[in-house]
Amino acid sequence: MSIQLRNVTKRFGRATALEPLDLTVADGELLGLLGPSGSGKTTLLRIIAGLEQADSGSIHFGERDVTHVHVRDRRIGFVFQHYALFRHMSVLDNVAFGLTALPRRERPSRGEIQARARRLLEMVQLEAFADRYPAQLSGGQQQRVSLARALALRPDVLLLDEPFGALDAKVRQDLRRWLRHLHDELNFTSVFVTHDQEEALELSDRVVVMSNGRIEQVDTPETLYRHPANRFVFEFLGDVNRLEGDVRDGELTCGSARLAVDLPPGRHELLLRPHELHLSDAPSATAHLPVQVTAVAPVGAEVRVELAADWLAEPWLATVRHADFEHLTIQRGRRLFVEPRRWHRFAAVDQQPADQAVTA
Amino acid sequence: MRRIGDRTGVRRTLIAVAVLLAALFLLLPLAAIFAQAFAEGVDTFAANLSDPDTLAAIRLTLFITVMTIPINLVFGVFLAWLVTRFDFPGRRLLQTLIDIPFAVSPVVAGLVYLLLYGRNGWIGGWLDAHDIQLMFAWPGILLVTLFVTCPFVARELIPLMQAQGAREEEAAVTLGASGWTIFRRVTLPNIRWALLYGVILTNARAVGEFGAVSVVSGAIRGETNTLPLHVELLYQDYNTVGAFTAASLLALIALLTLAAKAALEWRATRRERLS
Repeated sequence: MSIQLRNVTKRFGRATALEPLDLTVADGELLGLLGPSGSGKTTLLRIIAGLEQADSGSIHFGERDVTHVHVRDRRIGFVFQHYALFRHMSVLDNVAFGLTALPRRERPSRGEIQARARRLLEMVQLEAFADRYPAQLSGGQQQRVSLARALALRPDVLLLDEPFGALDAKVRQDLRRWLRHLHDELNFTSVFVTHDQEEALELSDRVVVMSNGRIEQVDTPETLYRHPANRFVFEFLGDVNRLEGDVRDGELTCGSARLAVDLPPGRHELLLRPHELHLSDAPSATAHLPVQVTAVAPVGAEVRVELAADWLAEPWLATVRHADFEHLTIQRGRRLFVEPRRWHRFAAVDQQPADQAVTA
Repeated sequence: MRRIGDRTGVRRTLIAVAVLLAALFLLLPLAAIFAQAFAEGVDTFAANLSDPDTLAAIRLTLFITVMTIPINLVFGVFLAWLVTRFDFPGRRLLQTLIDIPFAVSPVVAGLVYLLLYGRNGWIGGWLDAHDIQLMFAWPGILLVTLFVTCPFVARELIPLMQAQGAREEEAAVTLGASGWTIFRRVTLPNIRWALLYGVILTNARAVGEFGAVSVVSGAIRGETNTLPLHVELLYQDYNTVGAFTAASLLALIALLTLAAKAALEWRATRRERLS
């Protein structure tokens, strides 16, 4: 079931929560709403659910106009950040709740309800916990119960509000993969909210980046990362190193640092991703960026290296492969030279992107 | 490390003072009530209890209590629901207004009701013209008792419902539950212990209320005399033993209330430890 929002706005008192926005979610799509807190992503999700009422605009689920349809009749499943399980009911009763709350003539028999709830618990691999109470489960298990509960009525649309926000990193990873799998298997349309860019990029078919009640960009994770629409999106999607200096005769200078660039004369700010920095023993023909290592942290497949220099206002971060790390014998206090493989620039006025790949 | 002031001498002195004060001001009077009630033996006690006026007072007090509890139960739940689940102009003011019966002396409350609903009062004049008598009759006693006890249930529920938040109710509504279903199956089970606690407090106060009731009841023996008023009447009749017999009944109800309250609190702490 596709979702179409047209010209939706929302104000809370004098504060604008959502500026007029349009959004279409395709049938069967898994869409991530990404943004910092206060960007309006949760408000948008709650408006789609019907838990908040938009001030203007319209919402359609497929052909059905649900703008003025009450939450209970929208046929949505909603998963809350803190699970919101019914604390006085067993896990099985939680999952069965939606079925038992149906009007009598639509309600399946008691046995049928029990059987369906058990099947849902099997799906989330919690059949052994049917008689427990929510407080006796771990956070990850509670969130799975909450998901089974939301799916019990076979909703057209599944909405998740920071579903993994309260869980620890490892559980989060597992649940993410598991949700993606479930989504592909059951083929419903899902929208989820997150403030974690990694989560959004890993899980979504498309990501909506929001800030200050506006949609900044809607794209696939890959396009989003490679072609950010503006500086906000670029900075929000990953760590950023800044280099600001004066350009003359195709060379940018900043203190003792020099970099060959293809830019008109004047003051410019370049943005560089940590993985786009190459470290070496000596300056190259196009780059003379002397730095000193101030901290080293091996994280997973790569090593995060913090770099400082007298020409840098704030330290840079570079990610290096373990092979390079060993080859260069990187340690604290080591002096090195940075060679950017690529950099990005957003003109201040129109915020249009400009990239330059350096081919060394 | 030791806590501040945690020295054996200090601790023993404080405990001794506390026990002494409790015995002097709480236990001794309670014991005295029962001692006086049985001062002339069990037979006199029984005779005093079966006095028609005393029986009438017991009946009236129980009747008023039984009427007050359900009315204030519904009112308290409604008020707490309104204040914690909706945002509207004047919400804070309403929350403050709930406490008026706590802040006002019951005698003043009784007087205000007398002025409003008495035969010469604003509303009472109209009621009198239609042959309805509230003051110096049981409806007046019920009215002031409702007034005095109306904050108890709401006061218990509001902090709890605020802490629990509306998430579970929102979850229920996304699952298609109707308002009544949500209340019956989600809200009520979550507040039932606080609700019972509020009822116990309401009960204690409704049984024991003296000030407001004494202003509006007229204390007609056998008709508008509640148990607390009866105690005073008997005492003024120099029937000390009779007065204490009635008082012992009130004390007994108080003790039962305390036991119920303690049982609930014990249950609550046990539940907390479990989860």
